[in-house]
Formats: sequence, structure tokens, C-alpha cells
Amino acid sequence: MSDDLLYRPAREIADLVRSRKTSAAEVAKAFLERIRATDDRLHAFISVGEAPKGAAEGPLAGVPVALKDNLCTLEAPTTCGSRILENYRAPYEATVVTRLRAAGATIIGKTNLDEFAMGSSTENSAFFVTRNPWDLERVPGGSSGGSAAAVAAGQAAAALGSDTGGSIRQPAALSGVVGFKPTYGRVSRYGLVAFASSLDQVGPLARDVRDAALLMSVLGGHDPLDATSLPGPSPDYVKDLERDPKGMRIGLPKEYFADGLDPEVRARVMEALRRLEAKGAKLVDVQLPMTRHGIATYYIVAPAEASSNLARYDGVHFGHRTASPASLVDLLSRSRAEGFGPEVRRRIILGTFVLSSDRIDAYYHRAQKVRRLIAAEFEQAFKSCDVIAGPTSPTPAFRVGEKASDPLSMYLCDVYTVGANLAGLPGLSLPCGFTSKGLPVGLQIIGRVKDDLTVLQAGRAVERELGPSGKRPPV
Amino acid sequence: MALDAAALRKIAHLARLELSETELQAYGPQIGAILDHIGELRKLDVEGVEPLAHAVEIADVRRDDVPRPGLPPEAALANAPAVAGPYFTVPRILDQP
Repeated sequence: MSDDLLYRPAREIADLVRSRKTSAAEVAKAFLERIRATDDRLHAFISVGEAPKGAAEGPLAGVPVALKDNLCTLEAPTTCGSRILENYRAPYEATVVTRLRAAGATIIGKTNLDEFAMGSSTENSAFFVTRNPWDLERVPGGSSGGSAAAVAAGQAAAALGSDTGGSIRQPAALSGVVGFKPTYGRVSRYGLVAFASSLDQVGPLARDVRDAALLMSVLGGHDPLDATSLPGPSPDYVKDLERDPKGMRIGLPKEYFADGLDPEVRARVMEALRRLEAKGAKLVDVQLPMTRHGIATYYIVAPAEASSNLARYDGVHFGHRTASPASLVDLLSRSRAEGFGPEVRRRIILGTFVLSSDRIDAYYHRAQKVRRLIAAEFEQAFKSCDVIAGPTSPTPAFRVGEKASDPLSMYLCDVYTVGANLAGLPGLSLPCGFTSKGLPVGLQIIGRVKDDLTVLQAGRAVERELGPSGKRPPV
Repeated sequence: MALDAAALRKIAHLARLELSETELQAYGPQIGAILDHIGELRKLDVEGVEPLAHAVEIADVRRDDVPRPGLPPEAALANAPAVAGPYFTVPRILDQP
């Protein structure tokens, strides 16, 4: 029973709990046991929760959900994978966490991430490196690598992540689960520790698209505590999920299939899309020539916003403080140097550089203009298609340490994902098969702004055609 | 475009981030390579393009003006590394020797 439970979809677990065939406590115990048995190899969790008492009701009744450790909770530390927040206890709870609890979910633990969500491999955590459940020598992707690995390994039925440049979709692809970055503003950011506020978005990682839609029905909707939250009603992601792909126009940007794409990734992605074509979807060519400038634009805008957001870590109000500071500047400079890891320091330096008064026009202001061109180019492409599809990541999971000494090569992992963040678009990654080495491959589907539903519908149509892989990671 | 140690030191001071000599050596070429990559945007023609700060532009968002409890002082101070009564403490900034 319990082993079977670990790989059940969240909606089925909720059904079992609601119909009293099992209890939230029993479910939680099975998952906590799984975490105990596997996490010394995976290192997906920074802190682990407890089994709940009493009956659970609601759409996620008794569903064990893991939270990326940059979402504020009251009962556990919120570390962001950083020494500077190692002992930080948030005085308030993120809106998404409140919504999960109200829907009956169990918070099963908080997961590892690249420090402050800066990275694509979860190697930048100050605490430990999370491993890919499909091959422990490889990374799970990042920055929501702990959440992706936990869902893939049956340690949690679903998880939340945050996506600033691909940090939900890329680890979902590399770990063989579904990851959804909603339209910017669709899900509240209140209580998400800020990295780059104009790009950050919270979203679900799940076993399949149906579960991702179920989580969206709980997470989505306006939040008065987040000034960037979208007003107006949310779509019914669950009821309207099934859609015949006949006539659906799927745009394939040739720039997403260019040099640098692993041939096996290309093959799996195209096979999945051909299945949809066989069901009557139309594959159309679209142009996104600005794709090649996406990384450059992102790595100006994101570090600039990060250098500003991370100014709050001052060794005064909360977080790490250096011992015996000689002056205020010394207090600030040493507390921050001791508390932040190398990648965060690098991005603060980069962000401060591009915002400095003699550089701001050449870098930051120019990048904001290019960002407008990128958004306009997507808008133009969506005149001839309903969704855009391609690979989520140019390669399958890479080896631990492979890109660690070359930050730029790590940044280039995000080439297909940063566009959706810069333009605020919804983006989904779902599994579409494996390489010959048994590593998962992710298909990405991007939609028009606020058209989250069509993205999920297209993903669900692919999922229906491919059927379950029937594979479980060897961990 | 590698950043030399003096330029890096200036930026690090602006960011209130102490860098060791080893870091100054390592970051120079790393950040230089990143600057070379992001510098490619200079080749693009952006004449007349409006900057985009937020992808989904909504402005002047207001909540109803209904009072609600704020963070109690104890909660606001609970994570502070050093406090004195209801205050955060910092090294002396006036009349420094």
C-alpha cells in the first residue's frame, strides 16, 4: 500500500483521504519514511515536516507537498539555501502556503535550492548538493532542484518552486517531472523571498499535468497582499483541462532547435510533437530571432534587480552578522561577504556594475529596451500559433561539477526558458521520454500572456498521447 | 573586457561586499567573460524603443483603506542579531575617533 501511495497522483491521494480509505497522517508517514530512506543519497530536503493530526478536507486533502525553501513558513526556518538566512524564522507565511493548507495539503518539508534561487543545478546551495534521482552522479537542475528531485523520487506528491529564468521548468525537465511557471502575477509572490521581482513567479512541480492543473486551481487567483498580482477571475484549470488538439496551432521556433541542442533531446521533443500532429494539431514555423539575446538581457536585468533586493541583508535587521565590526561599513561589508556564497556575490557585483551611474545606460536601460523587443517578438509569433513548443533545456542532466567553474556555461542552460520570464508568459515543462542513457527529457510549451489554460491543455494533450512512462528512478 | 582589481574593488565597496584578494583575482576574468557576452546587446538598434520594466504592466494598485494589524515589535526584532530594548543596534556612526 505505502509504496504504491508514493507514486500515486496527488488527486488520487486526496480522493483516498477524503473517502477515509486512508488518513492524512498515514499518507504523511509513508512519505516521511521514504524521505528518511532516500534523502541521505538525494539531499533534496533542508528541513522535514511532521505528520498532521485530524481529518483533512479540500481539493488537496492529505497531499504531501514540499516547498522550496525560499517560501516563508512560520514553523520552520526559511533559509534560501544561504548561510545568511541559516537561522531565519519568517514572522509571516507566504500566501501560497496559506492556500495549500486551506486546501488540506500537508507541508512535508522544505527543499534545497541554489542559494537565493541563483543557479541551474542546485550546486550553489550553501548546505549540500542535491542529486538527480535518475543518476546520482548528475544534477537535478535548478534552482528548484530539491523540489524536482523530491517529486521524482516519491518523497513528495507535489512541490512548489519559483521560476525567475527557468528555475521550475529546467529542473522539472532534468528530473523527469512536470513543472509550470504561470503567467507573471497569476500566483501570489507574497512571502516568496525576492530575487528578481519583475521575473520571479511561484508555480507547481507535479507528477503529471493533471496534478499541476489541480495545484494551479488552489494557488492561482488575485492576492491583495501582492501589488503585482493579476486582478480578475482565474480560469478553471481542472474542469477545462481536456481539449482535443485538433486544429491547435503549435509554433516551432527554429531558434529553439539550433546548434547546441542535444540530438537525443531534439528527437524526443519532435516525436512528442508529431504525436500531437497525428491528432490534428498543426505544427507551424515561427521566428524568434531575439532568442540569442535572451541570456544577455536576462543576465543584466536579473542581477540588477537582485543587487537591489539583496541590499536588505545588512547584518542589522535579520540574518548573519559578523563578529566585532569596527564600523558600520565594516559591519555591512563583512556580514554580507561571510553570509553570501560565491554565485550570489558574483551576481551582486554584476548587478551593481550594470546599475552604476556611468554604466546604467549602456547595460541596464539598454537591456530593458531589448526586453521590450523580446516581448514584442513573442506577441508577433502568437499571431500565427496558439502555443510555442520546443525543448526545455538544450541538454539532459549534466554531471555534478561539470559547469561549476564556468558561470557563463551554466547561464547558457537557460537559453530556452528566460524568454517566458522576460515576457511574463506561462511556460510548462513535461516529460517526453528518455535519452539512451536513461535521462529524462523535457518538452516546453509557452503560451500567450494570461493564457495559462491553453498551455496546460496542450501539455495534457501531449501527456494523453504519450501515456505514462511506467519508469521510476532507481534511487 | 576583464575588470581590473581596482574597478572590482570600487564596485564591491558600492555593494558593501568585502572581497578577498583571491576573489578579486578570480572574479576579474569570470565577470569579464560575462560582460563580453552581455555586451553583445550594444550591437542592437534600440532607437525609439520604450524600456520594459515589468512584463505584465499594471499600475496604481491600491487596497481598500482598512486598518489591519502590523508586525508586532517583538516579531520584527525576533531575528535581529543584536538589539537593545526595542531597537536594532549598530556600531557607533557619530563622533567616530
